[in-house]
This record gives sequence, structure tokens and C-alpha cells, in this order.
Amino acid sequence: MRGDAGSMTYLRPRDPEEALRLAGECPDALALAGGTDIMVAWNAGRLNGRSILDLSGLDDWRRVSTTRDGIDIGALVTHAQLIRHRELAAGWPLLAAACATVGGPQIQARGTLGGNIANASPAGDTFPALAVYEARVRVRSSRGGRELPFAEVFAGVKRTHLAPGELIVSVHLPRPPEPDRQLFRKVGTRAAQAISKAVAAGLLWTDSGGSVRELRFALGSMAPTVRRLRRAEEFLRGRRLDKGVVSEAARLLEEDVSPISDVRSTAAYRLRASQNILRGFLEGRLETP
Amino acid sequence: MRPVGESAPRKDGPDKLCGAARYIDDHPIPGALFGVTVRSRSASGRIKGVRFDPSFPWAECVVADARDIPGKNAVHLLGDDQPLLADGVVRHAFEPVLLVGHPDRATAWRALENVTLEIEPIEPVLTMEDSVSRKRVIWGDDNVFKTITIKKGDAAAALAQAPVVVEGVYRVPHQEQAYIENQGMSAWFEEDGTLVVMGSLQCPYYVHKALQPIFALPAEKVRVIHAVTGGGFGGKEEYPNMLGGHAALLALKAKRPVKMIYDRTEDMQATTKRHPAVVRHRTGLTKDGRLLAQEIDILMDGGAYMTLSPVVLSRGILHATGPYECPNVSVLARSVATNTPPNGAFRGFGAPQTLFAAEMHWEKIASVLGKDPVDLRRRNAVKVGSVLATGQVLKESVSAGKVLETAVKRSNWTAARRAHARWNKDPGKPTWRGLGLSLVHHGAGFTGNGEVYLKSRAGLAIDRAGRVTVLAGSTEMGQGASSTLAQIAADALGVPYGSVSVERPDTARVPDSGPTVASRTTMVVGGLVRRAASDLRTALAKAAGRAPSGAPAFRRAARKLCGAASERRFLAEYERPAGLTFDDVNYVGDAYGSYGFAACAVELEVDRTTFEVRLLRVFTAQDVGKAVNPRVVEGQIAGGTVQGLGWALLEQCVYKDGALQNPRLTDYVIPTALDVPDIEVAIVEDPYSCGPFGAKGVGEMPMDPPGPAVAAAVFNATGLFLPTLPILPERIQEAADEEAARRALK
Amino acid sequence: MIRLSVNGRRRAYAGPPFARLIDALREDWGLTGTKEGCGEGECGACTVLIDGEPANACLVPMGQLDGARVETVEALGTPERLNRLQRAFAEKGGAQCGICTPGMLMAAEAHRRAKGRKDREGICRALSGNLCRCTGYKHIIESVSAALKGKK
Repeated sequence: MRGDAGSMTYLRPRDPEEALRLAGECPDALALAGGTDIMVAWNAGRLNGRSILDLSGLDDWRRVSTTRDGIDIGALVTHAQLIRHRELAAGWPLLAAACATVGGPQIQARGTLGGNIANASPAGDTFPALAVYEARVRVRSSRGGRELPFAEVFAGVKRTHLAPGELIVSVHLPRPPEPDRQLFRKVGTRAAQAISKAVAAGLLWTDSGGSVRELRFALGSMAPTVRRLRRAEEFLRGRRLDKGVVSEAARLLEEDVSPISDVRSTAAYRLRASQNILRGFLEGRLETP
Repeated sequence: MRPVGESAPRKDGPDKLCGAARYIDDHPIPGALFGVTVRSRSASGRIKGVRFDPSFPWAECVVADARDIPGKNAVHLLGDDQPLLADGVVRHAFEPVLLVGHPDRATAWRALENVTLEIEPIEPVLTMEDSVSRKRVIWGDDNVFKTITIKKGDAAAALAQAPVVVEGVYRVPHQEQAYIENQGMSAWFEEDGTLVVMGSLQCPYYVHKALQPIFALPAEKVRVIHAVTGGGFGGKEEYPNMLGGHAALLALKAKRPVKMIYDRTEDMQATTKRHPAVVRHRTGLTKDGRLLAQEIDILMDGGAYMTLSPVVLSRGILHATGPYECPNVSVLARSVATNTPPNGAFRGFGAPQTLFAAEMHWEKIASVLGKDPVDLRRRNAVKVGSVLATGQVLKESVSAGKVLETAVKRSNWTAARRAHARWNKDPGKPTWRGLGLSLVHHGAGFTGNGEVYLKSRAGLAIDRAGRVTVLAGSTEMGQGASSTLAQIAADALGVPYGSVSVERPDTARVPDSGPTVASRTTMVVGGLVRRAASDLRTALAKAAGRAPSGAPAFRRAARKLCGAASERRFLAEYERPAGLTFDDVNYVGDAYGSYGFAACAVELEVDRTTFEVRLLRVFTAQDVGKAVNPRVVEGQIAGGTVQGLGWALLEQCVYKDGALQNPRLTDYVIPTALDVPDIEVAIVEDPYSCGPFGAKGVGEMPMDPPGPAVAAAVFNATGLFLPTLPILPERIQEAADEEAARRALK
Repeated sequence: MIRLSVNGRRRAYAGPPFARLIDALREDWGLTGTKEGCGEGECGACTVLIDGEPANACLVPMGQLDGARVETVEALGTPERLNRLQRAFAEKGGAQCGICTPGMLMAAEAHRRAKGRKDREGICRALSGNLCRCTGYKHIIESVSAALKGKK
């Protein structure tokens, strides 16, 4: 334990208004939700002397509500809550599946969806699912609120486009039409308690003739931020998934990602595994029930 | 029911299950400073200076460096080359240079942010290849800690004439012990000047011996106490000498007790790992696969200081041929220095490295000859009467064939391999499936004359109330030593297991029964306890006039035996079994009194999409002579097997400039419950006449066979021969790509 | 002042609010049964229950615990009177070196209370946030299985 509790400035607002006010007054304060990432950095001695804005008392941000249009997930909703949520499992199963692969039961019980997004890890397990569901992230500050398309949240490794003083309030997932095929696949360093080497989510809609109406496919751990495969998605629109077309889509995947080699995996492996996952999905061999 | 052979509940169970067992960090040490270590970032260099940030409250701290050492600045082990604190020169990353103590733990850690070592770098030697080619000499005259050779017959001549010659190169990496309790020690000086060190450790008398020259203290002024220890696996064999010395040095300077508890990062960066090794085989055979000659070259990376490298190499070379008989053998083994943190003891101690090579080489031979690898092992495995490479004749308790056949049968070898071949032919299947098997032997106890030099002593105390206590310096670190020794004592005395307790290892209270290593505790120390129990039994009978029968008679006999004394002690000292001899210069003779044998069958599948490996079934048969406590033995086998599976499939130390890049359990990945199937264990009992109740060793052997069994299974599944651990999905993908490119060229 | 319940006993905490739960348990209240193995939520040795859910005590600042109900291994049984889960561990050899054991027990306890799956896969999932280096998990899984299947 290299963190020094006495060196920290700790703010714990009781309601959203106080939270937004404090966030405005202390723009350098780190927002804390479940603590499963921030406390790791603190334990390593990397946050000594910092200010912490602990949002965990804001019960208003801990709710899940569904409407005909979609589902609203409060920023402080935990992964465990989402795994247990029946309507999420029915309408957005890829997100539920992703939450079940985050850490182990202890991390799932404390880690939150909003915290996961704010942390902006390139390897965030829920991000590909949020990307293909075209989530909208609602943020607020003392000056007002706005909504960001999920694709526009991340600025880079561990960086978001949130302005100083802005906090994530909730995440909205529009209700997608029933897909013809869907997939969540995490390739981790081991079977549980794993950081992803590559993580994928895909939704596919085809027409009666078997041609692609729409593909949405996103990859994590393959670039500084989660990536939708815009080129492959565009290429496939209206095409039948024959062998040549699938191979071309797998080739186009490369143009939307920039994997690296690090202590967890190699760039070559990440690329090959993702291409194989995309192929398997398009060929109908891989899907999530 | 007799205690030996029963799955008696563990002595240490209840306290551990209630959070009542006190590990070193759980002991309140009143008035203690918390100590931290300032370490070199550089792998090699000269220390030019130390900068202390003046804004930090240094006045509240105690700082110690090499100049504060009252005796010799060396952590004594096999050599004296490793300093307690670097003095002028650093030879590996994370080498300790300064110690800082502060009453507050958080402030002590913050001291590290406020001190900078100025080090002038010297070009480091980071690989064993660079070391052996003397890119730069960094240790002794030639960078070589130890060279050992073994010769039997004339391997060169036999190879020249052999109808078939198969060559192979095998590499195994570092491995982190990853005990879940990090290293930790406390130290203080008593008013009479006695140095007391208490901590997480395997070998109290090693620490006891190492501290004396550092502090220029006689043996009776040093006391080492074992705290409940949260796993060791070899990692707490030698490093506690260093950490105990650090805590004691700070305590000396501060004139206050000191507690030093590493966090995971420091533990992984600075403490020992398994020695990486490169092993080359050249093997001559008949066309039907009978061994004619084995030529083996072993190179191990010892790291920056000698530590235990020579004896790790010794066990490595003695297992290099595998459990097979070959008329002509020539082995050369060298352990060399690099500017990396010293490697050290880890379960198996050199044998898993060389056995991986020996066993994978059979897979290669089988594919060259087009034969079943099990048939080849059958044909060549040792049996009673076989002569090993050292000339040792195996006289008894040789169960290679039995464990092999058990594994073959229980894994449905032939049928399963056939089914997998069919499965793999179908391109619609999501995986490739394979079954692999390995066969190993493992010498029990210290190598060669080691036990003779140790002169271990252990025994029993009995008090006037008839309470019997086991006295041994052997430590409980999870392996079940305390229960096992108590069972042996109870059985030999004819009293219930529950009536025997075990003294906490404390050099002020227990004799030196040798280090808790080398699968020696049950066989060697258990043997001493059994002899002491037999002496005690005789003495009780003599005191009471006849052998006491039943608890009241036992208590009466004890009272008579003790007389005026509060307790009587019965100790036994090690005696080498008759007929064993070993020449430890030429490596000729009986390297070990006895060997355990184990076979492991691994069935797995490789995902065709991601190359991830999923274990389907793991079966292992292991001969331990006699399972004193079958539950404990099964726990050791299952645990060691999973540690071996982790080494084979997941665990990877990533180094850059000689420094570990993944010193966290997040990035150094060990198996979770979801990564392994139920380990199916068959305990085989082929008794050893000189072991207590027939017992041989069990602690290390389970680590040996999983690595090669996994690699063999991946080979069977994919056709890809991967001679390097760990077999990560990345390696399989690379090999698959290379194979595809080769095919495309054809 | 942070007020919480620890093992059924009311506690008031007045130290720095960013101190970790594990340090308050071990150093302020002497509850050293909760162990630290990694300080990053990876090994699970510090698993406790917070309002009935499993949590790594090394990742929870005290400031988050006002009004919370915390349970540690010390709440289960005593060496003289083990509870059912602990008895199963004692019989099946679920504890070896013992350092992961308190965390394993608390993760298993959370699983039991949540009426989780009793098959091997379900138990492994429940324990997948807890690392053990001694047992290969075999006897731990057998212990939890026996405790879940045994009669009250």
C-alpha cells in the first residue's frame, strides 16, 4: 500500500446538485464511483495528494429504467446489477454478457458502468457492446447537461472528451430492432479476472435474400479507444456474405484498428484473433444466443 | 484406526479458517518502525550518489546503508557474493541500496518517492547466451557459477553409430512463485543483545546462519521465529535471509523493532524466480526406438548472484535424462550470471526445466520414428535393476511403469487419441483436440551427500502430563508438514493423533531439522520423528515397567519418565541409509536414496478462432511411497499440478533492460478456479524401505509433468511442435502462421 | 465520523476518509483475518461482505461505508465452533497455507446467501475472483460443494 490517505482531499456530496457544484469548484478532483480502478492507482502510490470527488452516495444515479424506446442506466449502476437485470438481458444481451466478464464477482459488485466509461481504458470490456448499441452518454455540469454519442466519448488512452466539471449521469441505450445474429466475445488473459487482449461485439441484420442490411461491429483493446469497424460495415451493406466478401471485410478490419504489443499480447495476435472472430461471426459460426 | 494413512484434519485448519492464524503482518509489534527498501532502477552501474528531497521529513526517518552493517556485507548461502546492501556497485535491477524506517507505514512508502539514486550505467549482460559467450565478464573469471558433467559409457561413439539421431532445443522461462502472502519479516534486539527475527519463511536455520556474520553475533545471540507462512514454493527458502538481514539492520540502527512487509510489486520485482533454462538434446536410437545415447547440454540463468544456482543446476542435471535407462550418456550443465535479479528455489528446483526438455524430446522422437510416444516411454522407462546416468542402480520402489500405465488407462489413451484425430479432421469443428502425456521421476530429499552434511535433528518432547510435542525446525507453509509429522509421531507412539501437538519452529526451542525444501520433510524429518518416537516408547516402557496401554497408563508412564523435570526430549540425528554413496565431484553414485514417479495426462482443446487453450481433463498418477495423509498428499498433487499448468499455459515474466515489466497479479497471470478442470489424482504407493512407513517425497514432483504433457497435447491437437513454455495463444498463432507459410511455399 | 456495523457490532470511524477498509479492519480494530495479497483487487484475499455483497476491502475507502454493514471472516465461527462452511473446509482440506482462505470463505458465503448454483461451474464462477496458489482449487471446490449440499 503506497497510497497515503492523509494526503488526500476527500469530497463526498450527498445529492447531484452538490456533486455538480463541487465538480465545478474542483475541476481537478477525480470522480470516484466503485473505486475498482482508482483505488488500484491509489494503492500503487500514483494519486497521493489528489482530490477525490466520491459520487457513491448519489442514489439517484444508481437506477435502471426502461421505456419503449430504450433503457437508461444510471452512472453508478454496478456490473452485478446489470448482470441480474432481466430487461437488459432480453433487449441488450451483449451488454449483460460483457458485464459478466468484468473482473470477478467482487469487482462486478462494486465497479460501475459510469466509472468504467470515465476510466476510459482501451480494454474496457463493456465498450464494444455500448458501441454497437449506439449508446448515448448523458453528462452534466453545474452549467447544464448534454448528450454525447458513445463514439465521441473517448479522446485517447485513459482520456475522455468530458469537460472539466462534467460528470457522467447516465447511459441511454436505444432499443435496437431484433438482430438476426449477435455476438459478444472477450479474449482475455485467462478465464476470469482477466484484462482483454481483444474484445468484440457485433449485431447483424440481413434481408430476406440473405444480404446484409446492417452490420455493427466494434472492437476493444485494438486501438487507444474502442473502434467501430466503419469500413467493413460500409463495405458489407447490401452484400451477400460469401467467402470473398467475408475475406474482404476481415481485410478491411485492419484499417480501423491499430493494435500494439504489450505485456498482455502481441499486435499480430490481436489482429489475427479479431479477424477470425469477425469471420466466424459473418460466416455464422460464432454467435451469442 | 492407525494415524498413518488417515486423512486426519489438519492441525493448522481451525485457526486458518477463522482468521485467527497470525501471519507476520498480523502480529502487532509495539513501537515498531515500518521499513522500506530503496532499490536500483538500473541493471548495472556505479552508485555515484543519493539525493534526498529536502521537503520530506527525513528527520523522522531512520536510514541505513552498507556502512551500517556491523559484520560482513554478505548474505551467506552457498557463496558470499551477494551483498546485503549494494556498496558502490549495482548488479541487477531492484538491487537493495538503502533502507528507510518510519513509524507510519504510508510515510515510509512515501520516502521512496523522495529519494533518488544517482547511478552511472555500465553495459549490462542480460541473456544467458551473452553471458556464456562472455560479452562482458560480470562474475568470477568466466560468468559461470557452476559446471557439472555426467558421463556414462561413450555417448559420442554411440551417436556416431546410431541408426537414428534426433536433435532438439527446448526453452523454459522464469516463473514467479506467486505465494499469496508477500514476503515479510520483523526484527528486534532483546535487552541482552539477542537479535530476534520473526517472519514468513521456510528455513529458520538458514536465516539463523545467515544473520550471524552480518551482525558479528554468535549463534546463541540470534533467534529466528517462524510466523504462519502463506505459501513458499521455494520463494521463501533463501530470500528471507536477505529480508531478515534488512529488518535487523534497520532495527539495530533505529534501536527499535522494525517490520518490513513487501507489497506485491516489490515482491515480484525483487525476489527470486525459477531459473530459465535452455536444454539441447541429441539422442541416438535404434529404429524401433530403444535408447542408445543421450547427449544433453543444459544452460541455466542464475541472475546476478550465486544464491542456490549450483544446487538448482545439480538437481536439474540429475533429472535431465528423464526416468529412462540409456547405456551411453553425456551431460554438460552450466549455470551462468546475468545482470538480472537472482533466480532461486522454486518447487522442483531445476528438475521441471530439464524434464520438460526430456519429455518433449520423446514427442519429437515419436514423430520422427512414426511411433506412439507412450510405447517409446514404455520401452525405455527405468525398472528395478536399471542403471541411471550416474551409475546408480535402482534397487526398489521403482514405479515408472505403474504410474505410466495408470495414466494411459485412465486417460483412455488410444481411444481418445483416435477420437481426437477424427474431430480434428472436420473443419466445421470449433476446436482442435489433443491428448498428451508425460512421465517423470523426482529424487526425494537433498541431492547426493546433502543430507549427510545437514546432520538434521528432530524429535519429540513429552511432559509430565503425557503431552507429546513434535520438535523440528521444519515449517508449515501450507503443505501439511505439521499434520504429517504429528501423524507419524502418533502412529509410532501408539497414541491418538489428537494428542500430539507440533512446536512452532523457533530456533530457541526446536532443533535444526534442516531446511523445509526438496520434498524432504516427510521422508527425512518424518524418519527422525519416527526414530525419536521409538526411543520415547522404549523409555516409557522402561520407566513404567512395561509398555503403557491406554491414556491413563501413558500419563502415568510419562510422569515417571519425566521425574522431577518438566519435560524430556528425545531427538534423533540423520544417518545415511546403508549402502548409499555419492561422489559429488564426478557425479557418480546414488544421487538420491529414492525417487518418486509421476505421470500426467492432459486433454485439451485449442480454439480455432482465437488459439485459446481450454483444459478438458487432467489426470495424474503419482507414487509417493506411502501417503501418510492422503488428503494432504492429494492437495499437494492437485496444487502442484495447477502450478505446473500455469507455467505451461499462462505465466510469463516480461523483462525489459533486466527489469520485470509485469510485477502485478493483474499482468502476471496465474490460474483461477475457472482456468482448470478438476484435477484427477491417483496416489500410487510403492514403499521405500528407508522412508517412514515407506514414504518418499511429494512436495515438488507434481510440478514436473504438467508442462510437457500440455505441450504434447497441443502438438497432438494442432500438429504444432512448441518447444518453449509458456504456450500462449500468441505462440500458437505465430507457429500456425509459420506452418501455413511453409505449406504455401511447398 | 463514519458509523457502520462490523460483524454485527457498531463501530465509529474517525480516521482519514480515504483510508481503505482493509486498513481500518486490521489496524484500527485488530480484525487481521482479512488479508492483503495484491492491493489491486486481483487476488481476493481481502474479500469481505458489504451489505451482503462480496467486495475487495483493499479497494474500498472508508468514506463509502457510512451506514454500511460489513462482515469479515471473524463473523463466521470460532476455532472451537466452526460454522458449516468452515467445517466443510476443515474436513475436505480446503485450507492449505490459509492466506487465501478468509477471502475464499467470504466469497463462498456470498454465493451461499445469493442461492447461487451448486454445481462445479457455478462454484468456480463464484470463486473466480479469489486466487489460490496451493490447492489447485480442488479441495476448495469440494469444500464449498459439500457445504452447499449438506443438510442444515
